[in-house]
Amino acid sequence: MPELVITVARFGFLILLWIFVFTVVGVIRRDLFAGARSGRLVAAPRGVGAPAGPPAKPAKVKRGRAAHQLVVTAGQLAGTRITLGEAQITIGRAEDSTLVITDDYASARHARLVPRDGQWYVEDLGSTNGTYLDRAKVTGPTPVPLGVPIRIGRTSLELRP
Amino acid sequence: MTVAAVPAASPASTGEQSGVRLARSRRNAELSLLLLAIVLVAAYSATVEANVLDTVTSDFWIPAATLGLVFVGLHLVIRWLAPFADPALLPAVALLNGIGVGFLRRYDLAQAAPEEREHLAVFAGTGGRQLAWTLGAVVLAAGLLAIMRDHRSLSRYAYTLGLAGIVLVMIPAVLPARFSEINNAKLWIRIGGFSIQPGEFAKLALLAFFAYYLVRKREVLSLASRRLLGIDFPRGRDLGPVLVVWLISLLVLVFEKDLGTSLLYFGMFVVTLYIATERVSWLLIGLILFFGGAYLAYLLGSTVGGPFANFYLRAEIWLDPFGDPYNKGYQLVQGLLTLGSGGLFGAGPGGGQPTLLPEVQTDFIFAGIGEEIGLFGLSALLVVYLLIVERGLRAALAVRDSFGKLLAGGLAFTLGLQVFVIVGGISKLIPLTGQTTPFLSAGGSSLMANWLLIGVLLRVSDGARRPVTGGGPVPRPSGGPPEQLHGAPTEVIRP
Repeated sequence: MPELVITVARFGFLILLWIFVFTVVGVIRRDLFAGARSGRLVAAPRGVGAPAGPPAKPAKVKRGRAAHQLVVTAGQLAGTRITLGEAQITIGRAEDSTLVITDDYASARHARLVPRDGQWYVEDLGSTNGTYLDRAKVTGPTPVPLGVPIRIGRTSLELRP
Repeated sequence: MTVAAVPAASPASTGEQSGVRLARSRRNAELSLLLLAIVLVAAYSATVEANVLDTVTSDFWIPAATLGLVFVGLHLVIRWLAPFADPALLPAVALLNGIGVGFLRRYDLAQAAPEEREHLAVFAGTGGRQLAWTLGAVVLAAGLLAIMRDHRSLSRYAYTLGLAGIVLVMIPAVLPARFSEINNAKLWIRIGGFSIQPGEFAKLALLAFFAYYLVRKREVLSLASRRLLGIDFPRGRDLGPVLVVWLISLLVLVFEKDLGTSLLYFGMFVVTLYIATERVSWLLIGLILFFGGAYLAYLLGSTVGGPFANFYLRAEIWLDPFGDPYNKGYQLVQGLLTLGSGGLFGAGPGGGQPTLLPEVQTDFIFAGIGEEIGLFGLSALLVVYLLIVERGLRAALAVRDSFGKLLAGGLAFTLGLQVFVIVGGISKLIPLTGQTTPFLSAGGSSLMANWLLIGVLLRVSDGARRPVTGGGPVPRPSGGPPEQLHGAPTEVIRP
C-alpha cells in the first residue's frame, strides 16, 4: 500500500471520529433547543406584582386577567405547571393531593387553592410549618393575585395568566 | 406551547393528541448516527488491514457489518419498545463497542504469524469472541427493554436485588482461590473453562437497591443535621448505612484485592446519597472515609502485610513505576511508553505494537488504542464516554420520579467513574487497578453488564422524554411498594 493512502486513512479516521463526536453533540443540541422552545416558563415575566408595597397592595385583584396556570417556581418540582380549571387544588405530601410536593417542610395536607368567582383563594389546612403568601403568613382564605409567590417550605408557587 | 395538564377528572383527549404531535422521538437521528458509527468501525478495520497486511482484504467489512446488523436490530427494538429514548446513547455506545471489537481483531492479527495473517478467519480469536459477546449483550439489553416496560417496576424488587448484589460481590471472596483468582485478583467465578465476573452485575443490582433505599430515607438523611463550618452534617445514627457500605467496599478491597471495584461501589453509594439529599457534606464524608480507608490499608500493608500487601504493592508501583521497570512496574511502564509513543496523532490504526503490552486486550486496551490513534483520537473516545454519561445525567434530570432520578444518575455516574478509574490507572493518575474499560475491553461479563446499564438508561430516558398524556400517565402497578415511587397522581408537565 502506498504511504500516501495509509496516511490519508490514518488522519481520515481521526477526523471522522471527531465528526462523529460533533454530530452527536449537534443532535443533543437540537434536542435541547426543541425543549427550550416549548418551555414558556423560561421566559416568564419576573416580578409581576412584585412584593414591594404595603401588604394590602398585592391582595388587590387585577381585573381582566384571570389565572389559568399554577406554576411551581422553586423547589424540587420547579418548572411544573398545572392548568387551572374549576376544581380546587390541594397541595401537600399526601398521595391524593392534586400537587404532590416532596418538600421536607410540607405537611401531608398542607394548603389548598379554591376558585371563587374567578378569583383563587389560598387556604392553609393546618400545616405544621405554615403557608406564606409572599411574606405574609396565610391564616384564613386569602385571595391570590397573579405572580405573587405562595411559599410552602422550599417550594414556591405562582398563578400565571 | 405547553401541553395542558388537566385535572384528573377532565377528559384527556386534547392533551394526549397535542402531546404526541409535539414530542419528537428522534429515532431517525439515532439511525443516521448509528450508520455513521458503523462506517467509522469499517474505516478502522480497513486502515488496520492496510497497515498490518499492506493490503485491504475483501472481507474487512464483515465484522463491521455484523455489528451494524446487531445494533440496527437493537435500534428497531428501541423504535418499538422505547420510542422516546435518548437518540445519542445507542450510537455512542455502538461506536465504542465497534472500536473495541476492531482493536481486538487487530490484536489477533498482531499475534498471528505473519504468513497466516491474511487468512485469519473473521470470527476467530479474541475479536470474534468479543463479537459474539456483543451479540449476546445486545440481545440482553433488548430483553431488558422488553421485560422492563417501566423503570419503576425495578423498585419492586429492590431488596431482592440488593441481596443478590451483596451475594454476587461476596462469592469470589469466599470461594477458594483456584475457583476465583485470575492474575492475583479474586474477582471471578470459574467453572470449567468459563469465567464470569459477578461484580460487574452486582453494581447494577446494588445501585437499584441504593436508589430505592435512599428515596425512602432521603428526608431523614437530609433533614436531621447539624451545621458545622457552614456545611450541614448528618446525625451520627444516620451514617449507619454509609458505614456499612464503606465496610463492604473495604472488605472487597482487602479480600478480593481490588481497589477499583471497591472505589466503584463506594463512589456509587456516596453519589446516589448526594443526589438524594443534595448535601455536599456527604461527598466530603465519602471522600474522607475513602481516602482514610485507602491510606490505612496502605499503612497496614507496609507494616502488617497479609491481605493488605497487595494494595501496598499497587501503591508503591504507582508512586514509582520506574523503580522496578522490568518486574513489578513492567505493565504500567509499558503502558506509559505505549501512550507516549502514540504521541499526538498516533501511529495509525494497525501501526502500533500492542503485543508488547501485557493485558492489552483487557485492562490496558485504552493504552493499546492510544498508541495507534494518539491523544487526538483518545480524547475523542473520552468525549464519547462523556456524552454517554451526560445523556444519562440528562435523563436523570428530566425523569419525573425520584427513583428514576437516582437510578439513572447513579448508573451514569458509575459508568463515568469506571472510565476514570481505569484511564486514571493506566495514565498513572491513581494507583492502577484491574478494571475493564466499558465497551472496549475484551470480556463478556463487563460487556453484558454495561449493555444492561445502557438498557436501563434507555428505559429511563424513554420515560423521561415521553410526553405525558392526560389521564394518569402510567398505569400504576398494583400491590407494589409505596405509591410515591409509582407515579404521582398529579399530571405534571415539564417544559
